[in-house]
Amino acid sequence: MFSSIRVRIILILAVIGFSGWYLYSNYQQTGSIVKLGLDLQGGMHLVLEVDDPDGTMSLEARSDAIDRSERIIRNRIDELGVEEPIVQKVGQDRLIVELAGVDDEERARELVGQTAMLEWKLVRPISQVEAALSRIDRAIVATLGADSLRALGRAVEVSPEEADEVADLLFRTDPDQEPAEPEEEDPQVVDEEAEAALQELEAEADLAAEEMALRPFTSLLLTSDGDGEFLLLNEDFALARSFLELPEVQAVLPREISLQFHWEPVAIGGRLYRALYVLERNPFITGEMLEDATATRDQQFNQAIVQFQLSRAGGRLFGDVTGRHIGDRIAILLDNEVVSAPVVRSRIGARGQIELGQQDMEEARDLALVLRAGALPAPLRIMEERTVGPSLGQDSIDQGMRAGLIGLVMILLIMIAYYRFTGVLAVLALSVYVALVLGGLAALNATLTLPGIAGLILSIGMAVDANVLIFERIREELAEGRAVRTAVDEGFGHALSAIVDANITTLITALILFQFGTGPVRGFAVTLSIGIIASFFTALYVTRTLYLVYLRGKKAQDTLSI
Amino acid sequence: MKFWIFRNARYPFLEWRKKAYVFSATVLSIGILAMVANVILIGNWQSYGVDFTGGTRILVELPEGVTEAELREALGGAEAPPVSRFGAENEFTIRAPAEEGVAAEVVANRIRDQIAASPAIGEFEVLQTEFVGPTIGAELQQQALLAILISFFATLIYLAFRFEFRFGLASIIATVHDIVLTLGFLALFRVEISLPTVAAVLTIIGYSLNDTIVVFDRIRENLNKKGGRREDPVKLINRSINEVLPRTVLTSGTTLAVLLALLILGGAVIRDFTIVLILGVIIGTYSSIFVASPALLEIQKKFGTKEEAERKKRQRSRKKKKEAIPV
Repeated sequence: MFSSIRVRIILILAVIGFSGWYLYSNYQQTGSIVKLGLDLQGGMHLVLEVDDPDGTMSLEARSDAIDRSERIIRNRIDELGVEEPIVQKVGQDRLIVELAGVDDEERARELVGQTAMLEWKLVRPISQVEAALSRIDRAIVATLGADSLRALGRAVEVSPEEADEVADLLFRTDPDQEPAEPEEEDPQVVDEEAEAALQELEAEADLAAEEMALRPFTSLLLTSDGDGEFLLLNEDFALARSFLELPEVQAVLPREISLQFHWEPVAIGGRLYRALYVLERNPFITGEMLEDATATRDQQFNQAIVQFQLSRAGGRLFGDVTGRHIGDRIAILLDNEVVSAPVVRSRIGARGQIELGQQDMEEARDLALVLRAGALPAPLRIMEERTVGPSLGQDSIDQGMRAGLIGLVMILLIMIAYYRFTGVLAVLALSVYVALVLGGLAALNATLTLPGIAGLILSIGMAVDANVLIFERIREELAEGRAVRTAVDEGFGHALSAIVDANITTLITALILFQFGTGPVRGFAVTLSIGIIASFFTALYVTRTLYLVYLRGKKAQDTLSI
Repeated sequence: MKFWIFRNARYPFLEWRKKAYVFSATVLSIGILAMVANVILIGNWQSYGVDFTGGTRILVELPEGVTEAELREALGGAEAPPVSRFGAENEFTIRAPAEEGVAAEVVANRIRDQIAASPAIGEFEVLQTEFVGPTIGAELQQQALLAILISFFATLIYLAFRFEFRFGLASIIATVHDIVLTLGFLALFRVEISLPTVAAVLTIIGYSLNDTIVVFDRIRENLNKKGGRREDPVKLINRSINEVLPRTVLTSGTTLAVLLALLILGGAVIRDFTIVLILGVIIGTYSSIFVASPALLEIQKKFGTKEEAERKKRQRSRKKKKEAIPV
């Protein structure tokens, strides 16, 4: 039923029409006929995985965390206004995020990868950890070894006499020895607990002077005028953090206490310092109870702030706690770093605000955005990242297009020079082929990548090959003295098996590539598969139909231009 | 005047097969030697890119006139990660190996800061950054190998089904030959193995098979013609190769023309990819004539054809029957 010329032409036109329609609707929606990959138009490709270095989470737990993260990250990106972002779970426990045309990578990475776990914790007085400080030092010495600590080359080693000085410095019992910090307030009065702790410390120092000589952690700490916080030089921050992250150190901390850093350095008297807070381990409220967050600017201090609104239950709880702790400090933590630690002036209900210090408004807006979208159920880690700047993308498109076009023109010239009028038919068929491949890409919503273009050009080679196989065969049949019509029929018939086998084996390879490949290899496999199917159709059906039309007006004795 | 290249060609291809064996063996040995040398010199048989080893790759465009040495100096002199020129005069690729426990953006930012801090460089643009975690790299390596093995297997089954088993075997021999040759070339010139390079190698499998199948298709056809089975196999295979020679040359030529256009005009991003493909087309064409067809002949000599096997089987069963009667 597909053999009469009229039916053939209708079918071919229908297929071309479908392709054209898909291309047109794609163009209407996105402004380009085929979706271009990130390597061609510029953008960012991220592969994320649950950050679980100890391997404590089961596959199901990770898979579930990825499922929930997918929704949250999509919400965040939707607000970012990236066109057609891709947020997709692949495999069991991975998430792919593709953002086209992103120019601020840092910001995008932050928005996608930030856990955004918001917590409110009560700040405790430093006396709560004083007893633990010497245990921390000892735990560090025991874990890392005295030699490796000395190898750090920093002033972590102190003689017993100096240790006294450090202790003085630390708890500032003597106002004359105040460190060079521009503070106007009177030195803090040491409470009794601290005194007792200090004495205990000194007693211990006498007992094991040798060992106590190493104070890798406490030697970094400086006092601060804020309640419940230490200061340390910003250059010591990484070292101190690495000490605190040791499980052995965490184990000697009081069970209800955690030590956490401020998220950014603070400048005092021309030097940069980091604050370390003594906090209650468990938050009294978390971001789960947050209902809304908006960024504004504080007119009075010209400071970026995020205003938040808690749920009803959250508001009640917040009111209770703040009511009981007027005059105390509360720390607001984002991803385990203290963003701000204001003193409670009055009872706060469901509405509050987070001061962001020197951050600019964009930072505040992004923070409000991630808070609204919610926290990720688990921290994610970037496993793979590919970023292509927009200018490179444009260069690639231009070069790829030009090379592709010139390649096509060369094929056309060779075919017409070699096969004359039959070559013209082949060129017509190849034009149908190009329309079909592009239409196929548009219909499958496939993305055209750089390797994809190469795959396309290769499949054009196969389409040409199919035509060459047929035409050579027709020539052979003509050379054996067959009549034009018989030669054409025989030519198509005999070339069929080679074309089928060659195309199917390549298709098998392409499908396996698609199944087992990722990213660029997949793009290549998709265009190659579409290309093979289209070349199959054009060589065997379109070229044949064109031949039938061409031969219709001919008499048996006429010659063929081949 | 009509073009008809290699019309009625009668080249004694199979008579040249001994020479082809020597040639293939030589080139294969050079390739394998290059792989061994690589293991000794760079610690891996191929020069794997960050796609497989994990690490960070950054492509920067520096102002005109900045040299590679200046960039290397900015990145820490002797300790600088490997730097190479990429495409245009002032574009450079920096490859930093994966660092345990250090996030990608830290490495990328550090490199960016180092370049920014260099007084010799000034304004620059980051064109591309790629970071691949070490575990992903290892996975990709496995996946690529798996894809090649599975596609081999699937092809063998398909060809055994469509032709005869010996055809499938001969085509696999030719394909393995092509892949090893290509890998040897990659090892010799230390072409960076990236995902697109793997895609190119897999394309070579497809192309080589395509070429081989066209030749085999003609052999099959001639075998099935009247008297084909009784014809001298050397003559028959030679005739078949010569009959499809015009097509082989025309198709390879056209494909090469397109690939050359890509190579010259396609830009640096796909240059390696195109080189591997060009190589693959040449090797694939060579192997369909000088490896696949001789392999078919050798298999036939050694194990006989299907008909011979069946004849033997029949004889054996007849013999058995004869032996069975007296008892």
